[in-house]
Amino acid sequence: MVDAVAVRAQNLTITQPGARTPVLSGVDLSIREGDLCLVVGRTGVGKSTLLGTINGLVPHTTGATMGGHLTVAGHDTRECRPRDLAHLVGHVGQNPAATFVADVVEDEIAYGMEQLGLAPSVMRKRVEETLDLMGIATLRRRRVTELSGGQQQRVAIAAVLAAGPRVLVLDEPTSALDPTAAQDVLAAITSLVHDVGLTVVLAEHRLERVMQAADSVLWLPGDGSVVAGSPAQVLGVADVTPPLVELSRHLGWAEVPLSVREARRRIAVEGPHLDLPQAPELTEAVTDMVDDPMARLRRVGVRYGDVQAVRSVDLDLAAGSSVALMGRNGSGKSSLLWALQGAVPSTGSVEVGGEDPRRASDARARELVSLVPQSPADLLYLPTVDAECQQADRESDATPGTTAALVRRLGGDLPGDRNPRDLSEGQRLTLVLAIQLAASPAVICLDEPTRGLDYAAKDELRQIVTELTAQGVCVVIATHDVEFAAVATRRTVVLAEGDVIADGPTRVICSSSPAQAPQLAKVFRPADVVGIADLGVPVGRADLGVPVGRADLGVVAGADRGVPVTDRAEAPHT
Amino acid sequence: MPRLLSRPTDVMPDADDPDTVSRTDLHPWAWWSWALACAVLANLVGNLLLLSLLAAAILVVVLANRGPQAWRRGLGFYLALAGVIIAMRLVFRIVLGGTGSGPVLLDLPELELPEWAAGISIGGPLTLGELQFTLTDAARLAVLVLALGAANCLADPRTALRSVPAALHDVSVAIVITLTVLPQLIASTFRINRGRRLRGRNSRGLRAVAATLVPVLEDAVEGAMALATSMEARGFGRTREQRSVGRGTGLALVGAALAMVIGVFWLLGVAPTSGRVLGVGIEQWIGLALLGTGTAVGVVSLLRSGRRLAVTRYRPQPWARAEWALLALAVSLVVLTCWWGSAWGAPTDLRPSGWPTLTAPAVILPLVAVLPAAAALPVPNGGAHHG
Repeated sequence: MVDAVAVRAQNLTITQPGARTPVLSGVDLSIREGDLCLVVGRTGVGKSTLLGTINGLVPHTTGATMGGHLTVAGHDTRECRPRDLAHLVGHVGQNPAATFVADVVEDEIAYGMEQLGLAPSVMRKRVEETLDLMGIATLRRRRVTELSGGQQQRVAIAAVLAAGPRVLVLDEPTSALDPTAAQDVLAAITSLVHDVGLTVVLAEHRLERVMQAADSVLWLPGDGSVVAGSPAQVLGVADVTPPLVELSRHLGWAEVPLSVREARRRIAVEGPHLDLPQAPELTEAVTDMVDDPMARLRRVGVRYGDVQAVRSVDLDLAAGSSVALMGRNGSGKSSLLWALQGAVPSTGSVEVGGEDPRRASDARARELVSLVPQSPADLLYLPTVDAECQQADRESDATPGTTAALVRRLGGDLPGDRNPRDLSEGQRLTLVLAIQLAASPAVICLDEPTRGLDYAAKDELRQIVTELTAQGVCVVIATHDVEFAAVATRRTVVLAEGDVIADGPTRVICSSSPAQAPQLAKVFRPADVVGIADLGVPVGRADLGVPVGRADLGVVAGADRGVPVTDRAEAPHT
Repeated sequence: MPRLLSRPTDVMPDADDPDTVSRTDLHPWAWWSWALACAVLANLVGNLLLLSLLAAAILVVVLANRGPQAWRRGLGFYLALAGVIIAMRLVFRIVLGGTGSGPVLLDLPELELPEWAAGISIGGPLTLGELQFTLTDAARLAVLVLALGAANCLADPRTALRSVPAALHDVSVAIVITLTVLPQLIASTFRINRGRRLRGRNSRGLRAVAATLVPVLEDAVEGAMALATSMEARGFGRTREQRSVGRGTGLALVGAALAMVIGVFWLLGVAPTSGRVLGVGIEQWIGLALLGTGTAVGVVSLLRSGRRLAVTRYRPQPWARAEWALLALAVSLVVLTCWWGSAWGAPTDLRPSGWPTLTAPAVILPLVAVLPAAAALPVPNGGAHHG
């Protein structure tokens, strides 16, 4: 079958083992050859399952039952095992580090071709080409375990790419990466689509990172169906709402702008021309704003072997404040949190409520500073949610039922007899957060809490943070997620190479950075906007027809500069 | 999470950097053949001076071919281990005493032991003959350890694993995965154990074990599943059963292994009786024959069964002239030593009964052993270095 369709599903029905209702039921879809197809949906709706069907991992390796047919490049996955499709479909899972077979980059890239039995001379040539294509030629002889997250992701893509597939399936390639590493990976993916002509099917939570590159979108609403269409149409109705989608709904636009540039142009042309205050100028990057600190860090340093992860950091944290710790991977964010908790050895002085958590007993340290680590599952070891809650009550000497009540208050309606391992990422975070809050700590640290959370779950987390700060708890969040930090925290501390390089109100710090500002700040620059709430009351569709007086256009004047004159001439409202 | 492994930066691989894997080495099995020859030599030689020269030869070869990297690859560890072996043997011999001849060097008070411990003496005189015998014996073991350590320093064990016959491909994959996963498992244990502090670490006994074990196992199982999925998706085993292999290949492999074991047993374990052919006992000849046949049959059936899997090898380590030369050197080293130790050579040179002496012909052995040091010299045209 030779046509322009790379993947075609007919009446596809997938039921997971043990489940009563199918994840996908009677789905018909096709993905055009050469498209970058984005698979979106809330957590747990079956995005990974849909991706797995493309190379036959579902149902061949998962034990799921499958109805209907899925053909990829003319091969029916019913008749082909995943290994028989290895030369047609490249599949990169969520955690590339766990999928490496060889120990050196070069050998890892060659592994798939060795399995296909390609001639050594062909392999050598393809390895060289793939190394260049993914920009990792300098890493060729490094051990895969010692690479950074972005490098590992690129090696994993290179490893499946070398076998020469026509379809590339990527499951959340940028979710765990910092914005710069995500850019690297994304640039590599788009060049594969544009220059190599590969079909890429990609699932992602952080839509703001990938949506401008997408040609088509598959939305899984969670009822077993799949909605397919162009990104602008589908994202307009989908239940996943990256900032630009929120903006477009807020303003009542029919089509979602897919990039910051598109949104800026549309606002310049169609309005609304809101009267927004100018963003404050960044006059001083490090401002000390805390009068009466609850936690005080002085000259804190953390060292692992030869690596100075944190060097001489001074930081004051006030009660009831929410602080975002930002910076690229390896800049010392996590280490600073762990040092604050006292769980890793550090130099300098750490004082929380007059006590040093490093000298306090484990139980007491927990009441001073509580930490939810990057992989919250590390703290869970009991068979049911109820058992974990009861154990947490005992650990914190709290009255029985405290943790369970916290779980309910955090909005997690968790089934008590469930094994915590079967919970979704967001539910597990809620459970661990409740367990850690049971000790009623003065400071709670969250390490990368938004990885694996969809937009709705992130919004819930934002509300939780607001509630906690209202109760006087200091919340410190280490995160890469600028969008989340912008709306959930009031103060931002930026680290680089273990030093504090910026410290001030989130609003100022975030919107002053050209690359790492939240998308809405980029859209409305130079106005002071970081979230939808800053735009005031929603503007109805009818309002769009009303020209806004030019006198009010403090914002638009700035935005206008980027718009070509011809566009403005064609625009209906000018 | 704070880092457990250092995170590298984007830099060009550096020859001195132990993290990068160099490809300009001799074939690992060639180095192993040389190291095994040295080990055999150490086993056959009972001359303290000759053993010291051999140890020096091994060190020279390792340092010449690896330079400062040898230390990072654990040469220091093997040297220390050899030293400990010698020291331990000496201490035990001095303390436990024994029956020796020659002048008494040190007369320790002897401890009176009860009747049931007859045969063991603690303390007592230490004679020169005894000291010399102990030192020689310990030195043989120490040189053996050093030879194997040298092989480990000179040949990357991972490259060696990559170069196994195709029939052992699955086994080598399993070992490579283990080598990669093990550090991850250790890191995850460390991370989870540290995380226990976050919950106050007030669980005791079984519960405390579960608090670490359950998440670690979960990590391990998840990792294994992810790896299996990735290998499946990348075509692992898809060429299996494509080509048929003659029946009985497996049987022949087992037979070959048995023949090799029995052959080694006859060669080393069975005392020669009266009959000798060419100066070697008949039993040893039988052993040699069995060993030879077993090896030959084994190699053939390994190659045959390897054909079942049509996997290819990326940049296989070439076996060129230099490798053949090293192998020939190793074989001649063993043959030379065997001959020297036989009735036709000068057995007393290798295993002197009294104070060891060095005869000019015996010095040839360590001199031959040190020859591979020349492999480090820049030899043009496909000599020791090839890319």
